[in-house]
Amino acid sequence: MLNFIDTVGEAVAGIKDGSTVMIGGFGNAGQPFELIDALLECGATGLTVVNNNAGQGDQGLALLIKEGRVKKMICSFPRQSDSWHFDAKYRAGEVELELVPQGNLAERIRAAGAGIGGFFTPTGYGTMLAEGKETRFLDGKWQVFETPIHADVALIKALTADGRGNLVYRKTARNFGPIMAAAAKHTIAQVSGIVPTGGLDPENIVTPGIYVNSIVKVA
Amino acid sequence: MSIPTNDHASVRPGNQADLQTSGKPLGRDDLARLVARDIAPGSFVNLGIGQPTLVSNYLEPEQNITLHTENGMLGMGPEATGDQIDGDLINAGKIPVTELPGASYFHHADSFAIMRGGHLDICVLGAFQVSATGDLANWHTGAPDAIPAVGGAMDLATGAKDVFVMMTLLTRDGASKLVETCTYPLTGIGCVTRVYTDKAVFLTGPDGVQVRETFGCTLEELQTLVPVPLKATV
Repeated sequence: MLNFIDTVGEAVAGIKDGSTVMIGGFGNAGQPFELIDALLECGATGLTVVNNNAGQGDQGLALLIKEGRVKKMICSFPRQSDSWHFDAKYRAGEVELELVPQGNLAERIRAAGAGIGGFFTPTGYGTMLAEGKETRFLDGKWQVFETPIHADVALIKALTADGRGNLVYRKTARNFGPIMAAAAKHTIAQVSGIVPTGGLDPENIVTPGIYVNSIVKVA
Repeated sequence: MSIPTNDHASVRPGNQADLQTSGKPLGRDDLARLVARDIAPGSFVNLGIGQPTLVSNYLEPEQNITLHTENGMLGMGPEATGDQIDGDLINAGKIPVTELPGASYFHHADSFAIMRGGHLDICVLGAFQVSATGDLANWHTGAPDAIPAVGGAMDLATGAKDVFVMMTLLTRDGASKLVETCTYPLTGIGCVTRVYTDKAVFLTGPDGVQVRETFGCTLEELQTLVPVPLKATV
């Protein structure tokens, strides 16, 4: 069921404490700042957050971490020159980290959306990030078993939605949006514009509306 | 320029000139120029964050190289300046870049399928250590207080057809970064095919290390710095 919602606050109001929340974006590109601010406002806590990074600077995901709402981060690249809020929480033992190679992160999210129970990949074989995982020799290579990452909610950013919830993105801001939309039970997309049904060329749609539950337009 | 004929289709073979020893160690830009020259025309290439990014400054238009950035683009152009800067168009280092004609955008799972599926010809990465058999350590010092961050390093190391490393041969303390066995946490096993350093170009693989050329030292002098057996390329 697709809903067009007037405010970001209403869009995130149903997110419960302890939820697993996927947040789109790579760095700041594609990060749904307005939805994250609303999530901070609504007070949900004890969250497991899936994102490539662990927040930049003093905005968006970084603030969610700073305010202690994030119990666990699942990400590939937390440490950056401006990841000070994550760094402080991690060093204080106040946030758990599951570090995942970036391609495994993407493929595990994709697997969840595609109903795949797990997959073998050579990435990470023989490294500390594969310790304790099942391995098999397949196609002439040692490979590691990886499991899907499911989520209760995905918060993503797209450029334009149509009346059916079909989405198009802009440049490298697309990044995790399409796969997170498919992997979460409930996907909330913030968009810059909404066009009537039929207003997007069907050949160019990136995320079909079937994956999208709530759309909210932000300025 | 010759058409590549060796079994790594995307990599030019060393020629007689390459085997000569040149006068002095290479600076970062000279090294980047050398790597750029060695990338075969028409290749699809991913340049890692940091020193490898310099290679893009020396790719010639007639080489027709397509750059991949793992956040979701093929056909990446130079760094954006002034009015070109667009927060939605960044590279893996989160630096604003530009798009070239023929560029394409795709989501993250597709972008990593390009790596993991073996479609990239070459990736160029930095390293803490490379072993004689091409093991790579470049993501984590292993220090207990370090916050680990891996990004796409393991996918690139494992997925690209050829993995080139660019690094200084020695640490600040004078220890060789080309080692018998990596002591830093591994990124990938047996994945590195070439190591470009300020003092020499090494070819690594299951048969050990060959030296393609040296800069400012002889093979014998190089051997005193590096704790693995070296031989000249044949």
